[in-house]
Amino acid sequence: MSWTKLVIRYIQFHKLKTVVLVASIFLTTFLPITILILLSEFNEKIISRAQSTPMVIGAEGSPLDLTLHAIYFSSKQPDPIRFATIEEIRQTGWARPVPIYSRYTARQFPIVGTSLDYFQFRNLPLAEGESLSRLGDCVLGSEVARQLQLGPGDRLLSDPENILDLAGHYPLKMLVRGVLEPSSTPDDWGVFVDLKTSWVIEGLGHGHQNLEEETDDLKVEVRSDGTLQATAAVLPYMEITDNNIDSFHFHGETADFPITAVIAVAPDEKNETLLMGHFQVVDNETQLVQPVVVIDELMSLVFQVKKFFDLNAVLIALATLFLLILVLVLSQRLRMREMQTMFKLGCSRGTILRLQFSEIAILFLVSSVLVALAVWGVWLMAGNVVQSLLIGSQG
Amino acid sequence: MNQKTELPITARRLMIPIHLEQLEFRYPRSDFLLKIDQLAIEAGSRVAIVGPSGSGKTTLLNLMAGICSPQQGRIQIGSHAVSTMSDAERRNFRISRIGMVFQQFELVDYLNTEENILLPFAINQSIRLSPEDRQYAESLAVQMGLGDKIRRLPHRLSQGEQQRVAICRALVTRPSLIFADEPTGNLDPKNKTRILDILFGVNREEGQTLIVVTHDTQILDGFERIIDFQDFTVDANPASQPDRPRESQS
Repeated sequence: MSWTKLVIRYIQFHKLKTVVLVASIFLTTFLPITILILLSEFNEKIISRAQSTPMVIGAEGSPLDLTLHAIYFSSKQPDPIRFATIEEIRQTGWARPVPIYSRYTARQFPIVGTSLDYFQFRNLPLAEGESLSRLGDCVLGSEVARQLQLGPGDRLLSDPENILDLAGHYPLKMLVRGVLEPSSTPDDWGVFVDLKTSWVIEGLGHGHQNLEEETDDLKVEVRSDGTLQATAAVLPYMEITDNNIDSFHFHGETADFPITAVIAVAPDEKNETLLMGHFQVVDNETQLVQPVVVIDELMSLVFQVKKFFDLNAVLIALATLFLLILVLVLSQRLRMREMQTMFKLGCSRGTILRLQFSEIAILFLVSSVLVALAVWGVWLMAGNVVQSLLIGSQG
Repeated sequence: MNQKTELPITARRLMIPIHLEQLEFRYPRSDFLLKIDQLAIEAGSRVAIVGPSGSGKTTLLNLMAGICSPQQGRIQIGSHAVSTMSDAERRNFRISRIGMVFQQFELVDYLNTEENILLPFAINQSIRLSPEDRQYAESLAVQMGLGDKIRRLPHRLSQGEQQRVAICRALVTRPSLIFADEPTGNLDPKNKTRILDILFGVNREEGQTLIVVTHDTQILDGFERIIDFQDFTVDANPASQPDRPRESQS
């Protein structure tokens, strides 16, 4: 039996004390490191995403909500603006507009109605399948495809707006046309559809059987002026197929249809400035924000708050340290007789000190190993955790 | 004390006499003073040191064991001048030549019987645990009636068993001297007798010098020599005290 075995036997014998001490050291160390990793990941992800999105136009209101919605498809949507804004931007010639309409979800993942320009702007190549080509198609972000185990040719149903609203919009069964390459951005978590498909989900467009061929009186009413009126018994199609695609149509003016944000990509700084001026002067119902500026403000606030967390962490660490010292001192007092006996038997004071310090060292070593494993786990998952927090908890 | 405890046959130890001369010891910041002009203990003898509490019995034992050092005087154990040894030399001398037994047994609560017996090998690098030592420890445990309790922790042993474990621990290094400080102080009469039988058996068969500190006058029968500290301890005024313990031969 060696002196190291003595230490191990002591630690084994005092299991509860060991567990409490290890847990205290673990929590005191792990929590601040976790916050640091998550915050650093958050900062890195959100800044890089903001930097890659030069300008966002949306309804007047919170610039932060608009920014997070446009770059993270967060579930807290700003008020919609008219699709006409796209044309307005295009006509200025100062920037290329990329529309975003993200209001609905499919299996909890945001459905992003946009144009093909979006994939080009974000540089999102396909990993498999094809891009959007027809009404009702969708292209999945890599993470969506992985988590839902879907690929080209599969079907994905949009989530009903309100499960208790029986008169609400019908969910749309979308055809998965392709899957995007992983990009480690929020695009991995999106279900991309054409803007018109998102309007179909909204209920602005739909398809149903031809009323002129319908003979069932329960489904068709003939008005006094001779026109046909569909009753509630006429159900819209829930899936767009080759057979029914021609029956799909939109009611109203496209210019008035909603979008939640427009990403404006200007070719240079001059055009960017002109466009910013245009939205500052001309339009009071919309706003133009620069995500980098908005996110910088957010992060400066976050880091100010973090200073308090840091101070708090230092105080907790100090309190834990004092507590550990107290526990260890009391423990040494309780072991005084044991140490005295060892000394009387012929043990040196150096060996006794080595026994005591080894016990502390083992506690710190075990705690450090646990912290290292846990931190490694956090580090591996940090990207996904931050992404899901940003996408999911904005509502 | 009619029972005779058989102990494992081992090579007989070197029989070592003890000589104390002009010894003076004082605890720091204390009035207590132990002063011994001369004291000789024959090799292989059975000696009891008796006296009232605080008279210096345990202090004398600690001085002879090298646990503390005298301010003056000489302690000679065999050819070793303990009083002039360094701390490390005294520790090494103690662990290899002296077996210590305490009143409160002082077993380590997180070690089982076997580990407690082998403790001296774990705490001092000057003695190495050999397979023979392990075998000897096992045979000691069996002889002491602890063969089936070898994996038990101290709190699952009776007081008598705990003291027997402590005696095994004192004997496992095959020491030449056994110093026992109130070894029967916490035991019932039956266990008292058994423990003394064991200690006397060791002395008789192995030839180890046995020095027992006790204030229990009922156990003095088996000792060859009794050193009485009644008039021996010196207080703050040493000049008024005698400097030689009263002795009796039995």
